[in-house]
Amino acid sequence: MTQSQGLHFKTGVLILIIIVLSPLGNTFLGKGMKNVGGMNSWAPRDLFHFFLQAFTTGSIWIGIGLLLSYFVAYLLVLSWADYSYVQPASSASYVIISLLAHFVLHETISPIRWVGVAVICLGVFVVGHTYPKTPEHHSW
Amino acid sequence: MVTQAILYILIVFVGTGGELFVSRAMKTIGEVTDFRPHSIARVVARALALPRMWMGIALMAIAFFALLGMLSLAKVSFVFPSTALSYAAGALGGRLFLGERVSPQRWFGVLLVCLGVVLVFLGNG
Repeated sequence: MTQSQGLHFKTGVLILIIIVLSPLGNTFLGKGMKNVGGMNSWAPRDLFHFFLQAFTTGSIWIGIGLLLSYFVAYLLVLSWADYSYVQPASSASYVIISLLAHFVLHETISPIRWVGVAVICLGVFVVGHTYPKTPEHHSW
Repeated sequence: MVTQAILYILIVFVGTGGELFVSRAMKTIGEVTDFRPHSIARVVARALALPRMWMGIALMAIAFFALLGMLSLAKVSFVFPSTALSYAAGALGGRLFLGERVSPQRWFGVLLVCLGVVLVFLGNG
């Protein structure tokens, strides 16, 4: 395996992990927040009670655990691959979240939204065929 | 509606800003080649010693709270895809702040992602 193939392979494996953990985590967050109820006020007292209720919900913590694992995988891949490559490439997670929302949370998804998700994935396909790493970085 | 708009802006722009800080911090650490748990833990510990990483985490935390607020008001199947607008902000930020080379092909992909986001918004009726 050449260095370029190796780079593509390990980037691919970590992106696969990312696109599974992120939608799963968000599905648990969505499930938990449905039980908490709508955020209807910006008053500090109301916000405190809102987030207190959120953080005493089990599904929220499962979601946070999954998203933290996703974050570690994300950090690892960003140690070598470009952000402008990783971010769009990981957007395949939009298909997975739509499927989870439909089948697990029983949300109704309109045909035009499915088309939107398909177009997002087409964008992912295009981005996925670019080389993941810029040779030199400027200081910031 | 105003609440949702504010939360949306926080998720997309503050979240992307946070990710750019995190990405810059990870590039300082260098490419990770050892994936054994204790090595990964060491990389995470080194990352957490960088001020840029904490700046990124703070911004991403704000975006996370906004995400929770948004999920309490709208469907997951709308919230998650609609935040893909951050892809355009991310590619632009990667180019401007991280010196990443964004090829025309990658820009075209980002444009498609944005078009998909518009359709997700239109399908929210």
